Amino acid sequence: MSTVTAKTETPVGPGMRFTGAAASYIDERTSISTAVKTLGRKIFPDHWSFMLGEVALYSFVVILLSGTFLTFFFDPSMTEVEYEGSYLPLKGIEMSVAYHTALDLSFDIRGGLLMRQVHHWAALMFVASIGLHMLRVFFTGAFRKPRELNWVIGFALFVLAMAEGFTGYSLPDDLLSGNGLRIIDGMVKAFPVIGVWISYLLFGGEFPGTEVIPRLYVLHIMLLPAILIATLGIHMVLLVVNKHTQFAGPGRTNDNVVGSPVLPVFAAKAGGFFFIVFGVIMLIASLFTINPIWNYGPYDPSPVSAGTQPDWYIGFADGALRLVPPGWEFVLGGYTFAMNVLTPTIVLIVFIALVALYPFFEAWVTGDKREHHIAERPRNAPTRTAIGAAGVSFYAVLWAAASSDLIATHFRLSIEGVITSLQVLFFLAPVAAFMITKRTCLALQRKDREIALHGYESGRIVRLPGGEYIEVHEQLDDYERWRLLDFQEYKPVTVRPNKQGKITTGIRLRSAVSRWFFEDRVAPVDQRELESQKH
Amino acid sequence: MAKKSGGDSHDYSYEPEVGAAVVPSDQASNPGLPPERPRITDMDEKFEKQAERRIALFFGLSIVGSIIAAVSYNAFPITPGDVLSTRLNNLFTGLGITIGLLGIGFGAVHWAKSLMHGHELVEERHPVRGTDETREVAAGMFTQANKESGFTRRSLVRNTMIGALLATPIPAVALFRDLAPKENPNDVLKHTMWEAGTRLTRDPSGVPIKASEVTIGSAFHVIPEGLAEMHEHKLEEKAKAAVLLMRLPVEDLNEVEERKSWSYEGIVAYSKICTHVGCPVALYEQHTHHLLCPCHQSEFDVSNHCEVIFGPAARPLPQLPITIDAEGYLVAQSDFTEPVGPSFWEREL
Repeated sequence: MSTVTAKTETPVGPGMRFTGAAASYIDERTSISTAVKTLGRKIFPDHWSFMLGEVALYSFVVILLSGTFLTFFFDPSMTEVEYEGSYLPLKGIEMSVAYHTALDLSFDIRGGLLMRQVHHWAALMFVASIGLHMLRVFFTGAFRKPRELNWVIGFALFVLAMAEGFTGYSLPDDLLSGNGLRIIDGMVKAFPVIGVWISYLLFGGEFPGTEVIPRLYVLHIMLLPAILIATLGIHMVLLVVNKHTQFAGPGRTNDNVVGSPVLPVFAAKAGGFFFIVFGVIMLIASLFTINPIWNYGPYDPSPVSAGTQPDWYIGFADGALRLVPPGWEFVLGGYTFAMNVLTPTIVLIVFIALVALYPFFEAWVTGDKREHHIAERPRNAPTRTAIGAAGVSFYAVLWAAASSDLIATHFRLSIEGVITSLQVLFFLAPVAAFMITKRTCLALQRKDREIALHGYESGRIVRLPGGEYIEVHEQLDDYERWRLLDFQEYKPVTVRPNKQGKITTGIRLRSAVSRWFFEDRVAPVDQRELESQKH
Repeated sequence: MAKKSGGDSHDYSYEPEVGAAVVPSDQASNPGLPPERPRITDMDEKFEKQAERRIALFFGLSIVGSIIAAVSYNAFPITPGDVLSTRLNNLFTGLGITIGLLGIGFGAVHWAKSLMHGHELVEERHPVRGTDETREVAAGMFTQANKESGFTRRSLVRNTMIGALLATPIPAVALFRDLAPKENPNDVLKHTMWEAGTRLTRDPSGVPIKASEVTIGSAFHVIPEGLAEMHEHKLEEKAKAAVLLMRLPVEDLNEVEERKSWSYEGIVAYSKICTHVGCPVALYEQHTHHLLCPCHQSEFDVSNHCEVIFGPAARPLPQLPITIDAEGYLVAQSDFTEPVGPSFWEREL
């Protein structure tokens, strides 16, 4: 497959004899040489942004390792006991066994606090890196054919990661996580017809009951990880089948992959990177406290501390709840419609559904049935990038709303003022982000075009014999220029009758959307322009 | 290597379907891979040796780090009651493991980057779809399986099988009913521990409160008498029965006629459970007589029967009718007259 072969044959050393015999033993029983033959020199392209998915994968491994340690000591029971561990401020206080064992992990088991913090930091890193990885895939168009399905699978992983995060966060049964569960209970109860029943079944009776922590534990350490690992497996298999995308560059085409082979370079880099990710998480966990449950106390439905915050990835959901104006509830035929809770839930579900389905939307708009393996620069797809920016700012507003009280106290603002501003931004920010981003992309594209054709300003001023001053432009070399040229052009589709000679609403709609998408565009420099430019 | 078209070029015959937004273009030509630039370690043996030593140093450091971790685990024991000892154990064990991990990581990546060869290799891509022959064989297998089984021909057999498969999850749904007790949750949610004559007691001690102890401007976190001593279902009851007790100057209270008797000399009691999603409304601002929920910042005005003045809550906090008993202790006149806490479907029924 690869066009470059090893330069020299190295003589077989004495150590190789054992390796050879062992490999042969295994191959005769597993046919593993076939796998090595297919994958051993598989090429992986290189770019810093491709690491984000790797960070996610490796932090998941760290989560599995540290989580396993925690299961040896943690007991999810909600039986009430009196605290008799070594943390003095809580001595003699009634608490659940779950909270007690979480405290024991923090104060009585050597390395327990470290593993708890590794687990929590790794979980935060896991969700964060999945989020960034998704943004990278989105903004480079790496979700296009043939990777639409893998986008959806990756999206499922993101949802699973958040579910894992939330269930895990609830397990210590401290005051903070208990209030989180209380909020979930309130949200579930608002659901028409079945809400109360779902809550009742989930909590095994009334909130908080004595069942929910063991149940969440089973979800957290068995069911969700099993689904997550299976989904992750499919994600990786499809990654291998589709081969990784690569950025445009000299020698890189849609028909090849340029990069380093699994053996040895990629294996060394990726394997080493696993240890770096693990090491960085370990460093953070040894230096910085996360989730100090001993400060919160055991769960009790009555007290709560001001400035309560969920883990960062649940923030956008919590923020959505906060932005609803007062009084959004009505009673119809005796039944209560708690729109103040249902509306944000619906908005969030629609938002994440749009994220999941975006690849299919764009495929429909372009009607492009080709495979795409060149990762686009965001500026070269202005409308998509603008949609992404709108989505990011929408998320950011919700996220900021989750800290509305802290914003108010830190900046000495009124909470009402903060919320009202965010309510306005909820509608305004995505629109503004869309417009600004689209214009910025088009401007950058024009600049690229200018540079590709006329080179860049060298800063050297030359006086001509006639007295005229000019600035000398330096041409890019062919390799540099190619990075600016390699992208696809699309144009709006015109309304045309289909095979039956009809113009359907679908055709009209698609034409309108595609006009919105591609009306403003900057064409890539083509061969003719380039040649006419070279004097 | 250099092909005419660098972009999407699997098949040059690709013609966008009618109505696709694709523009067939005269794309510029790909200049091909640039010549490989040798690294300093490729050119000078001195630097090669230097890199080799550096990598070995990283791996050596890693071994040292792992040993430090194991030593720290024992050298910094945890003394019960001493939080600092926990922190030191955490810090040094963690830093040791960090060195152990980062040493391997930096060493391996450095090795790959400075010494290993083969960074810019090229592999051809093939269309993801199977070749036409493969697809034909696969389709043929299905056709044959269909012929041999009669899956489409024997529609009665097929449809009953699909029906049977669809019906199998039914027992699974039924099996989960006993996740919760038998009672209808809608009934349970509408009652709390409060009844006529239940004393208001302090949270969490359970000490009853005399009206004379409630000075103007003060606020008490309250639970019903008997709750503090409960063993079973204590938190469930508390999650519904928690109450905030406040005394306002009588002239600041705007009470509607039918609720005038629910307060006692400016002392009012309101459910502490937010009508939004159930957080405890624990923050009382004495000057404005406002209650603030710390979870989602709903604000309630105690002077006006806790009506919502800001935030996502839709309903006022339910009021607990109170009075005093013969000994001067505050007692409830009855249970709440409406369900407390978040809204639910059959709340008004």
